[in-house]
Amino acid sequence: MKHAKNLIVNILFYSAVLLFIVVLLLPFVWQFLTSIKPLNEISAMPAKWLPSAFNVQFYINIFTKHPFGNYLMNSAIVAVSATLISILIGASAAYALARLRFRFKKPLLMAILCISMFPTIATLSPIYLLLRSLKLLNTYQGLILPYIVFSLPMAIWLLTNFFSQLPKGFEEAASIDGATWADIFFRIMLPLIKPAVFSVGLLVFINCWNEYLYALSFVTDTRMRTVPVGIALLPSNYQLPWGDVSAASVVATVPLITLVLVFQKRIVAGLTTGGIKG
Amino acid sequence: MKRNPPSPLLRKEAKIAWLMMAPALIVLCIVAVYPVLRTFWLSLREMSLKNPGSGFPFIGLANYAETFTDSRAITDILFTAKFTLITVALELLFGFGAALLMNQPFRGRGLTRAAILVPWAIPTSVSALMWKFIYNDQYGLFNDILYRLGVIPAYRSWLSTSSDTFMSLVITDVWKTFPFMALLILAGLQMLPAELYESAKLDGAGVFKRFRHITLPLMKRTLLVALLFRTLDAFRVFDLISVMTGGANGTESIAIYAHKQMMSFLNFGYGSALAVIIFLVVFIISLIYMRFIGSDMLPIE
Repeated sequence: MKHAKNLIVNILFYSAVLLFIVVLLLPFVWQFLTSIKPLNEISAMPAKWLPSAFNVQFYINIFTKHPFGNYLMNSAIVAVSATLISILIGASAAYALARLRFRFKKPLLMAILCISMFPTIATLSPIYLLLRSLKLLNTYQGLILPYIVFSLPMAIWLLTNFFSQLPKGFEEAASIDGATWADIFFRIMLPLIKPAVFSVGLLVFINCWNEYLYALSFVTDTRMRTVPVGIALLPSNYQLPWGDVSAASVVATVPLITLVLVFQKRIVAGLTTGGIKG
Repeated sequence: MKRNPPSPLLRKEAKIAWLMMAPALIVLCIVAVYPVLRTFWLSLREMSLKNPGSGFPFIGLANYAETFTDSRAITDILFTAKFTLITVALELLFGFGAALLMNQPFRGRGLTRAAILVPWAIPTSVSALMWKFIYNDQYGLFNDILYRLGVIPAYRSWLSTSSDTFMSLVITDVWKTFPFMALLILAGLQMLPAELYESAKLDGAGVFKRFRHITLPLMKRTLLVALLFRTLDAFRVFDLISVMTGGANGTESIAIYAHKQMMSFLNFGYGSALAVIIFLVVFIISLIYMRFIGSDMLPIE
């Protein structure tokens, strides 16, 4: 009797788990299936779940009919640059905030946390006017600069969390040995939190890669668009070209999903340290 | 107590700290602090880029006064508040549920934890497009599944009436963002001391009693932090609505309207005032949450 009850509970439990995983993955799977369907099967009624043939035409379209290759390159350049800059100047600030003694530390940390919560829209008009007067609209610098608005506070906040988790006393021991502050930071502390730097870098990169509002507002030149904006604004005559859209979505998403799955542990560690915006 | 003057060693340490922070602080002042202050400043002006000859005169709080008579602004704020409340509540519910699930040992837990990262990693604009196709009135997956299950008698156009559109946006937003909530809550759950549960079990406390008296109180901080971040994000919602509906059918959020005022109507004065309102609401929400969370939000003691 107990055995039978257990079995039923188990079946219910695993059905719930299965349903849960299906809900999480189905939209993406559906997008993928759509992207390889022959054109007439996309608009089949009732919906045809599995394609009868593997159609690569939409994947060819996005690189020949649309400048999707440009979008990928633009996104990569902007996101990588903003991430590197934020990590470089963020790490030394985070080290000071986490491990050195000075006044106004708490207000400073609060201020940085507040900046990381700034709504993008609240900085939009001045940055637009600034970029326009510097002739930086439609340039890479014109996106890298605003991306630092959210990526730098995020990098500082997360790295401060990681630095403060290191045991106390490293610095004292090193300075007794005659090491200078620069030695301690570059030779001891940075190598120690290398994995954390990598986690933070990934999170910052994903946030920059996915950014939409700045990229929409500061770029009007079609070829300079980033992936999220480029896909959303794929040209259409009367209806969205769903085949092209789904192929582009798959190409834009697969690298991210791969990154996230390969570095799952690092990403979760970064996400849950001090909690950051998703 | 009289403060001792800082020792030379401490003074040197402070000097090094400020030097190490200098590049970041300077950059933040330029790219973040200055723009926000300038937004406040612009919001006090009559500033239309269509009319550069006007000299952009100072008009005090007139832009803010205008929002009270601008029924579109009021409707948008109410819509945004409703969207925020409903999505965050659902995300908390599903996020907590998913976290409790992933905290159990079972076969396939690794797969579940990997799968939950997929919606999180997809760019919001792409997930908005994916779901827009799913809601398609003729060959969308949503119609297909609900029709086959007998939930709806006939195919519906999900993005044409105001209540259906709202529901579609909520589903998409919850799907995309509850994983973040779930991961934060899961991390909190994993730090709960197992002994407490053991002794409660020995005392005869049931599952619900343990949840109510151990899990919930100990998870307060984690839940508040997760709620804080999600509430702020929901209130400034832009990407999802911009791509999925463009604000049609009464789904215009206040951020969408502010963006339209600035980038389409080139009304930088009034648009900035709307942006300041979003900023202030977000600021007040954070203050309220922070009061409850206290200073253990900071990574230092």
